[in-house]
Amino acid sequence: MLTVLLILIPLITGLITFGLKGPGAKVFSLLSSLATLAVAAVAWTQFQSSPDSLQFTADWIPQLNSQFKVGLDGLSLMLVLLTTISFPLIFITVFSRSYDRAGSFYGLMLLSQAGLLGVFLAYDALLFYFFWELALIPVYFLCSMWGGERAVPVTFKFFVYTFAGSLLMLVGIIYIYFQTEGSFSWQSFTSLSLSNGEQSWLFWLFFVAFAIKMPVFPFHTWQPDTYEQSPTPVTMVLSGVMVKMGLFGVMRWLVPVLPQGVYMWQEAAIVLSVIGIIYASCIAIMQSDLKKLIAYSSIAHIGLMSAAIFANNEQSLAGVQVQMFNHGINIIGLWIIVEVIEQRLKVKNMGELGGIATYAPRLAILLVIVSLANIALPLTNGFIGEFLMFSGLFQYNPWFAAIAGIAVILAAVYMLRMLQKVLFGEANALTATTTDLKSGEMLAMACIVAVIFVLGVYPKPLLDLAAGIGLQDAVAAVITR
Amino acid sequence: MNALITTAVFGIVLMFVGLFVKNKQQIKYFAIAGTILAFIANWYDGTLAGGSTVLLHGMVEVSRFSVLFNGVAIASTFLYFLLCGSAFERVGEDVADYFALVFFILSGIMLSGSFSNMLMLFLAIEIISIPQYILAGADKKNLKSNEASLKYFLTGSFTTGILLMGIALLYGATGTFNIREMGLGAGDLSPLALCGIILLAFALAFKVSAAPFHFWTPDVYDGSPTVFTAFMATVVKAASFIAFMRLFYVSFTGGSLTHHWQLIIALITAATLLIGNFTAVFQQSVKRMLAYSSIAQAGFMLFAIVSDNEMATQGMILYAAAYSVATIGVFAVLLKMKDYTFDGYNGLARKEPLLALVTTIFLLSLAGIPLTAGFFAKYFVLSAAVQAGGLLWLVILGVLCAAISAYYYFRVIMAMYFKTGDAETLPITGGFKAALLLAAAIVITLGVFPGLLLQFL
Repeated sequence: MLTVLLILIPLITGLITFGLKGPGAKVFSLLSSLATLAVAAVAWTQFQSSPDSLQFTADWIPQLNSQFKVGLDGLSLMLVLLTTISFPLIFITVFSRSYDRAGSFYGLMLLSQAGLLGVFLAYDALLFYFFWELALIPVYFLCSMWGGERAVPVTFKFFVYTFAGSLLMLVGIIYIYFQTEGSFSWQSFTSLSLSNGEQSWLFWLFFVAFAIKMPVFPFHTWQPDTYEQSPTPVTMVLSGVMVKMGLFGVMRWLVPVLPQGVYMWQEAAIVLSVIGIIYASCIAIMQSDLKKLIAYSSIAHIGLMSAAIFANNEQSLAGVQVQMFNHGINIIGLWIIVEVIEQRLKVKNMGELGGIATYAPRLAILLVIVSLANIALPLTNGFIGEFLMFSGLFQYNPWFAAIAGIAVILAAVYMLRMLQKVLFGEANALTATTTDLKSGEMLAMACIVAVIFVLGVYPKPLLDLAAGIGLQDAVAAVITR
Repeated sequence: MNALITTAVFGIVLMFVGLFVKNKQQIKYFAIAGTILAFIANWYDGTLAGGSTVLLHGMVEVSRFSVLFNGVAIASTFLYFLLCGSAFERVGEDVADYFALVFFILSGIMLSGSFSNMLMLFLAIEIISIPQYILAGADKKNLKSNEASLKYFLTGSFTTGILLMGIALLYGATGTFNIREMGLGAGDLSPLALCGIILLAFALAFKVSAAPFHFWTPDVYDGSPTVFTAFMATVVKAASFIAFMRLFYVSFTGGSLTHHWQLIIALITAATLLIGNFTAVFQQSVKRMLAYSSIAQAGFMLFAIVSDNEMATQGMILYAAAYSVATIGVFAVLLKMKDYTFDGYNGLARKEPLLALVTTIFLLSLAGIPLTAGFFAKYFVLSAAVQAGGLLWLVILGVLCAAISAYYYFRVIMAMYFKTGDAETLPITGGFKAALLLAAAIVITLGVFPGLLLQFL
């Protein structure tokens, strides 16, 4: 029942929020997201004592034998925690802002949260697809209505990309459904053994849908523009949580359901991911637009995670899961600072910035910390995940690990250069007016920095979650076959 | 049977009512009462039928399927009267006659799911068609309306000829008009019978405006008074599909028989999807876009024909309901707009938030986004095609076309929400809004629980 609450709270409060005005909507949605966080925390404690109590099944569409089947395992719990932590942080960050038509804004935000949680919790393929699309629609409206001047065409491109991808996945789901004698449940999907030929082409139907969402090269073209044009809270949702839908999809549905398909095509997928890492890192180095720089750095990071998933061994998978959580937290931290700079100074071009450290020391220190975490320096949360992913990738093929390893150096180049250009050097007339972080922003950043250091020094809770996952069975299945 | 009689008699009664009642509002309420009466009669048919009953010496067969579709058609007509009924008086003086003609069409529709003799099929198609020729030209002083009527009449009668020829050839080959007794499945198919099947497929493809028989559709739908286009493009089209489905699923199915026509229908489906979707992208008027969108949607409904299995039957019912309700809703809002181009919708969300919201729900449903009825409608027909096997290429083409369809549906949403403008509307009453909300609620309810409708099948 707890699991259902995780979806119901944001869904119902989201619908209520549409009717609220300005400050009311803001406070109400913050409270709602905190309530969801509390439920997630309770679910976490229950998960340790009695994980079975978190499963819930009810009839949904008897004609199709599709059920409303949700449950929690380590993988979904990690992403549920990420989602439920992110939303209050985002709401706190923008608490001092007032949005036009605030009721609709916060309502849509909560609806997208409901969709995201549904994706992470669903154990029924049709339900998964249902939530997968449901998470997209509110984001489409959020970006188009509150985004920048080019937001409408850019967001539409994003929408059509993901919509086309997910429809292909739907065809795949339907095909497998008929092979299972009419069941959508994850268990029957995974216990099915399809022929090699079927797995081979089904792999691509699923992979394209997930690759667009992540995004993996060459399906990434929607991403930088969308991140840049979206209102920052939405960009945080997109880059912090929503891209994890793609990674999660691969881990929950692609790898266990089509192990031979993955085995056949893993090299191709890794090559695409590694190309994406290098390509995005190089573009990031050349970027002068702050938001686009972070967007491309995100493509590089996601590329590494995708490569690690398809390397498909115990270490790389554990690394991906830990990194999914940490990347989400870190990138939200980065966006918060960018949002502050953009709000205060109205510029995104790094050439026009500089010397902010003198005028806003707290902002500078926090930006340095999240940037270093983003480069995965030891003692920050980024380190452990990236280390595991690289060692997993190395086991699969040392060359891939070596090439992807260049990206770590490149990441240091663009992140440090960004710090240098934004924080240090001569201040100009504009940057001299920078005011430091306000209380709401400080609070959100303090939480993020706390997470960065605590998990950097003591990553065991995350690793425990990552270890207690049924995925090992799937990996074993691949190896034995 | 009761529903058929009720609708036919009510049509005649309405013509007389027009002589005595001059208040157009009252005529509308009278017509709405008629649909409720027909719905009850149909419900009564359903309780009688149980399994299925053959009536009138094997001419008509009332089954759960036909009763359910009749229910959907009557309910859609009820919504149509509720939402668009007031617009009838903007077309011309003879409001009662228009309502009467719609009832005559409805009585043809009652036959389209329950005929068991090819003569009854012919009657059903003609009863549906002839009042439409009149309705298309109802705006007598408008040249475009005249053109639409003439075009529709000429091409329609031509197709009737083909339909009759198909029936005649099949009669020659089998010696019976009864669709259950043709026994084409056993042994080899004679060339005579094959020609008959193909001619029938073409004639029915014309009626459902499938490519390459779709050329009449944009002009007729665009030229007819908008209020009648709303009916022609929805309930009537769904009924033609039901007739198509019934004939092919009862007579031309089983064994190798399906293979004789499956590829042809599959190619028609592919052509319809491509032509409908790609041409809709380039339209500037929402009305004309909806005309092409109706061709595109016909492409998806053809999936139900080509699949030839149980799931397709469910899909067709669901599609008929989802498509009719959503399209009637979009047309109802269109009827309230002063400017029918996309730009005419600019800024509607600020002026009339409720209208914009429900239109968005209807358009999302037409695009097949989850949480709306349109998603499950598409889901069922596509699944049916996957289940049929060997049609995966068509399914992939279908989903790519669905992605294209998002483009032109979202153009309206973009205009309403993201563009600034002064969308001018006619005065909007509270009752109209309530009816729109009812339609939107149906779309969403079926989008979460499609079983509510399918349980009756």
